[in-house]
Amino acid sequence: MAHSTDAFGLSRRQLLSIGGGITAAGALTACGSNTGRADSSASASGGATSGEKVTLSQWYHQYGEEGTQQAVEKYAAAYTKATVKVEWKPGDYDKTTAASLLTDTGPDVFEYGNGPTIDMIKGKQVVDMTDALGDAKSDFNEQIIKRYTFDGKVWAIPQLIDCILLVYRKSMLDAAGIKPPTTLDELVAAARALTKGDVKGLYLGNDGGAGLVGGNLLWGAGFEFLKEDGSFGFDDPKAGAALKTLNTLWTEKVTQMSQDPKDWWAADGFIAGQCAMAMTGLWTFPDIIKGLKDDFGVIPWPAGDGGKATVTMGAYGSCVSARSKNVDAAKEFAKWLWVDQTDSQVDFATAYGYHIPARKSLIGKAKTLQDGPGKDAADAAFAHGHAQTMMLWTPKCQTAFSDGMTRIVKEGADPMKEIATMKPVIEADVKRVLG
Amino acid sequence: MTTHAEHPATTGPRVGRSLGARLRGRQNQNLWFWVFVGPFVAGLVLFIYVPILWSLYLSFFSAYNTVTPTEFVGLDNYIGMLKDPSFRSSLWTFIVFAAFIVPATWALSLGTAIMVNRTRVAQAFFRSVFFIPTACSYVVASLIWKMSIFSGSSTGMLNQALKAMGSDPVLWLSVTDPPWYWLVIVSVRIWLQLGFYMILFIAGLQRISPTLYEAAAIDGATGWQQFRYVTLPLLRPTSTAVILLLIINAFQAFDEFFNILSTMGNYPPYARPPLVYLYYIALGSGQDFGNGSAGAVILTLVIALVAIVQGRIMRLGKED
Repeated sequence: MAHSTDAFGLSRRQLLSIGGGITAAGALTACGSNTGRADSSASASGGATSGEKVTLSQWYHQYGEEGTQQAVEKYAAAYTKATVKVEWKPGDYDKTTAASLLTDTGPDVFEYGNGPTIDMIKGKQVVDMTDALGDAKSDFNEQIIKRYTFDGKVWAIPQLIDCILLVYRKSMLDAAGIKPPTTLDELVAAARALTKGDVKGLYLGNDGGAGLVGGNLLWGAGFEFLKEDGSFGFDDPKAGAALKTLNTLWTEKVTQMSQDPKDWWAADGFIAGQCAMAMTGLWTFPDIIKGLKDDFGVIPWPAGDGGKATVTMGAYGSCVSARSKNVDAAKEFAKWLWVDQTDSQVDFATAYGYHIPARKSLIGKAKTLQDGPGKDAADAAFAHGHAQTMMLWTPKCQTAFSDGMTRIVKEGADPMKEIATMKPVIEADVKRVLG
Repeated sequence: MTTHAEHPATTGPRVGRSLGARLRGRQNQNLWFWVFVGPFVAGLVLFIYVPILWSLYLSFFSAYNTVTPTEFVGLDNYIGMLKDPSFRSSLWTFIVFAAFIVPATWALSLGTAIMVNRTRVAQAFFRSVFFIPTACSYVVASLIWKMSIFSGSSTGMLNQALKAMGSDPVLWLSVTDPPWYWLVIVSVRIWLQLGFYMILFIAGLQRISPTLYEAAAIDGATGWQQFRYVTLPLLRPTSTAVILLLIINAFQAFDEFFNILSTMGNYPPYARPPLVYLYYIALGSGQDFGNGSAGAVILTLVIALVAIVQGRIMRLGKED
């Protein structure tokens, strides 16, 4: 018994299977080849051929300031020795970049917060950049260069420097007859006195400063996260007392304020007059100036008992992936942009929010830092700048520390007990990366 | 009289069939089986089985910033994770969380199912109203809860209501005493999940024959007694399935915790379920795949153990 056939002599079943095959093929071609990533096959084949330009991919995180994306694309387009494709990554940049470095489709040149982690360096995921810095190394901020250094080599080129410092409402302090605080005790007293009604004296973040100023309190008491040899740096009752200050301020509701969905990195509450003082970043200054004109001052986080005043400094560093197919070309591009192109560096640091150029010789060229609050901030950073974290301070150390800080600040946990809990975890992980 | 030649397909000799034809089966049955099932199996193997086995492999190595490690460490990762106080406290967090959320969701969805089932008016409307949140993304709902309803600033929805009543705004997600963040997390989870389990219970309720209720009424049983002696026992298979699904879901809780409590790459040490903790260890900037995989295996074993115990207790699969 023959199956029914159509005009072409195909059975129904054969017709259906051909149709299914065409649909499947069509669906697959619709997937297309535009993965959004640089075409790595072109750079693989064009790597060694003279006259043929390689394609490099450069990753940035999503900067909050307007115009930054167009700016970095402009800098990349100006590079003639290679085609540089800029990728602007929203969302959790650190994690997506870390994941992509495990694969072959990661970036060639990428920025990473405070330079690559020590595990990235030890895992040979990034390339030594010391010779790219060359003679210009001494012109870069020493603290940042030290932050990027491991095993005698520098592993990233600083792009620009971000600062976190205290801003205060001049009018509110004057009205209460308080001078800008110069010691930790003065800061606490001023914050208490300025907490009236709906206005809080001091805003340190939605978590009361647990994530933001732990380091500043330790440095203000004369301690560091880790000593020079990598041993635990703050197992001392004085450190515990310094950290306890945050809990005191939290329970007295002096620092209990929320800027949901924003946090300490925005100055909305400060501008709106919800707090008299706030610890925030230099990048918010355009907004503050627009909202408050000159009714605000800038001071470093004051010293406690036996330590120094500090301004937290961090810098995104330009790294080159070791898995890149064009390591030398990528390194050359990073050097060209972040060491040689001083105009672009000044532009990037000052035209989109306030930042400090990484090269000391360029600070004089930054218009925004020549007077007013910009100058105060630059001076404070120069005099009191302290790198946000250390090379040996692994993410696991940071997690243990921030867990302890949250418990101290919000739950009133005994600081010495929390220090005792975090110490073995931190020591074990530092030992792991050193040994 | 028919001849053999007229039906060659059924009576012809088999010995001439090639290996290919034998593998493809009669009428190419085997071939079509694999054509239909093949893509699904390929996806299952590639995206589920291979990663599970690779994860198991990684858990015995020291793997930092690499998924192809070389340093074998045996059971060190497992011992390390079990000794880690943060991991143990995260296991404890989710046992407490599961112990609360499972009975609460079970009771609320059963109650809602009974009420919806009894409604004479617009029953389909009420079913849809409770079921629609199931279609909502966990991430979207968590963000709305976090940024709009329970926002800690004075412009948040609940804070504005409090202000209208003359109270101070509450920092819902920032304070730990009292732990308001649990209210946020539990409410979003129940809102999202209630409808699904309610539908399961409605299906179970509709299978109970009304004659049983009539018989019970004749015997003098009141509403509560009818519920206790007729409804509950006959809902046991549905209940068992619902509780098992709730337990597994509770142990896998991640979306609402991560989106509500995480801030700028940090996560507080309270209300930190195991999956969130392992995420930060392995997939975050920690990139510690050895310990992360060991933790995942430990978590899987705990879930499997609880599921088996729960099945035994509720006599899953056995006929009543």
